[in-house]
Amino acid sequence: MLAPEKIWWKPLGRLEKTWLTVAFVWCVFLTVMMPLWYFMGKQNVPAETYRTTSADYAAKVNAFVDQYKVGEDTVNGVTLPIVEAPPGSDVYLRASTWQWFPILQFQKGETYRLHISSMDLQHGFSLQPVNINLQVLPGYDYVATIVPTTTGEFTIVCNEFCSLGHHTMIGKIIVK
Amino acid sequence: MATLAPTTQWFKGAKDDYRVCGVTTLKVDMHAERLIIANAVMAVVCLVLGGIAALLIALTRWQAVHLLDATWFYRLLTLHGIDMLVAWIVFFEMAGLHFGSTALLNARHAAPKLAWTGFIMMMVGGLMANAVVLFDPKSTVAFTAYVPLKAHPLFYLSYILFAVGALITVITFFINIVVAKREGRFEGSMPLAVFGLMTAAILATYTLLEGAAAIVPAFFWSLGVLPKYDPGIYRNFFWGFGHPAQQVNLAAMVAIWYMLAQITVGIRPLNEKFSRLAFILYLFFINLGSAHHLLVDPGLTFAWKAVNTSYAMYLAVLGSMMHAFSIPAAMEVALRAKGYNKGLFGWLRNGPWNEPGFGALVMSMILFGWIGGVTGVTIGTEQINMLAHNTLRLPGHFHATVVGGTTLAFMGFTYYVIPLIFRKELKLKKWAVWQPYVYGVGSALVSLGMITSGLQGVARRNWDITFAGVVPGTVNLTLAIFGIGAIIAVIGGIMYVTIVLASILTGPRLEATNLLLVSGTNNPLLESTKLTNEQMEDKQNQPKGTLVLVFAFLVWFAVYYLSNWWLLGRTWFIK
Repeated sequence: MLAPEKIWWKPLGRLEKTWLTVAFVWCVFLTVMMPLWYFMGKQNVPAETYRTTSADYAAKVNAFVDQYKVGEDTVNGVTLPIVEAPPGSDVYLRASTWQWFPILQFQKGETYRLHISSMDLQHGFSLQPVNINLQVLPGYDYVATIVPTTTGEFTIVCNEFCSLGHHTMIGKIIVK
Repeated sequence: MATLAPTTQWFKGAKDDYRVCGVTTLKVDMHAERLIIANAVMAVVCLVLGGIAALLIALTRWQAVHLLDATWFYRLLTLHGIDMLVAWIVFFEMAGLHFGSTALLNARHAAPKLAWTGFIMMMVGGLMANAVVLFDPKSTVAFTAYVPLKAHPLFYLSYILFAVGALITVITFFINIVVAKREGRFEGSMPLAVFGLMTAAILATYTLLEGAAAIVPAFFWSLGVLPKYDPGIYRNFFWGFGHPAQQVNLAAMVAIWYMLAQITVGIRPLNEKFSRLAFILYLFFINLGSAHHLLVDPGLTFAWKAVNTSYAMYLAVLGSMMHAFSIPAAMEVALRAKGYNKGLFGWLRNGPWNEPGFGALVMSMILFGWIGGVTGVTIGTEQINMLAHNTLRLPGHFHATVVGGTTLAFMGFTYYVIPLIFRKELKLKKWAVWQPYVYGVGSALVSLGMITSGLQGVARRNWDITFAGVVPGTVNLTLAIFGIGAIIAVIGGIMYVTIVLASILTGPRLEATNLLLVSGTNNPLLESTKLTNEQMEDKQNQPKGTLVLVFAFLVWFAVYYLSNWWLLGRTWFIK
């Protein structure tokens, strides 16, 4: 709160130097971890993105469902198709207020190119209890290349506020 | 060493409108005093509004209570974000800027009319935002108002009014500093606290400009003038405003930490260069942190995200770690110089724990650093963010920084503003002694409850997570911890507001005679000027205890950070 003495540009004390060095090394470590994991780790944030429109994307989802539909199930009282595409293929998930469409079915250990886009507002793709979370924007076709490593029924929760029915926006993924 | 009151003449020849503070011997411009009071009062009003909303939404998320219906939950959530994260904090910061650029420099307020214009715009904007959210059902869009979720045009207009008002106030801060320097109110460099506030003001300037870049197009889009507004672009600009706004809080809070340490312990900064460089690191690197919110967004590359989220190379984090050392170290040296020299932590045991400003300072630093800082850096790591994005871990992080850190520091500082600026005796002193601890424990539980719930996948901004049907039973426990913490924090908040209201509304105007409120009749501010270089450099007085504390902090940091990588490695493969 008080003005410093006239010349305050002074060398650091021994303890200050110690802490500054240690803290700086820690910061460098934090920095290095990200590229290291990028090249070595198996969980990285998807970056592949395409421009799209609601109409184009909806058409792709419908074609995908028509081609690979294997059954039906209800989520939140609404009957939705279960869709299973062969490993390696493009699978499409559509977010809209307040529904994830369709139900996707995967085989454990296989790779899929999961497309996600929104028809209207921003949504949040939150796969539980796997706990993978991605942002979903209208006009952006976001492609995540995924390999399910556990089997069972998983819930997709919307975790971006999308007006009043937000908490009812639940979807399903099945891994066999 | 510094003189407390330079003897330069006040405002050559013009009508004097100032008083001399009996405690600090500094001159206080009456224009500045009225501006500080007005901004502080509005800050507390907004804190009350946001606090009522806080209690109700916390009692809703506490699953066993589940108080509100969905409509009111989301509405009050929107209100809570606006009143707390923006209105309360920014009004208080504006009070701080008026204080720092006048009283601390022994200087006059050079542009009171402009400052009042800014204040009125902020007040209208703030109250209008509350009214729009409460009365227009469509404007329940959350604090972020993510396009294409469309609110009423008045909603965006209220943001714009508030931001422009704040920008005007920030400009008066710069005017004051320049005028004070020209008129020779202070010699040499600015005091460290003012330097910190200057950092906050510079950050605020570009933060508010980015806010305009996000909100002004949204305003025209809501009117139908602009046909389309890309949600990705909006997010980028919005967080160019939303995240740096928290960095303004950070810089202002650290400045207040230094002030509280000086008021309660009488510190002399160990090394002005060290502390000032830490602020400079904020200035250059902290704005990159906007990317924290875009880490799992489509359309951005790894390189862009990694460089930005790490503040180039965690250089802003380095700044915080420097302050985390320099403030307690200065306190240690000052206390050791007073003779509290026993062992590593004798100085800490003998700190003025019953002085409200000291309690607030210590709690604020612990919560900000140990919970807020560590969790923030961790979830701000590009890949780890996939585990955390939009879960309760996020509000868990920022409630530790903004509530446990910033708000608690501001509350502690208020207790000194009341006698020094409002010139009222602080009432309910016993409450004031306890308030920082009650509020601190409450907000710690709030944060921990949220973080542990978020680790289990519980989404933020969600009225009823049981719909997800995947919630393990332990979530009920962690959400209960959150709910109970919220009640304790609200009790701490009520104590604060009661103390403030009881002090400023009752009793006569009374010139302050003592700097400390509870713990003594000495004046640490004056004592700090008597700390000699020999005392500062004495081997006996070196901050060994602080070094142990910061190393313990680093170990905790590393454990939390690395365990999150371990967690990430266990989930599905994704790229």
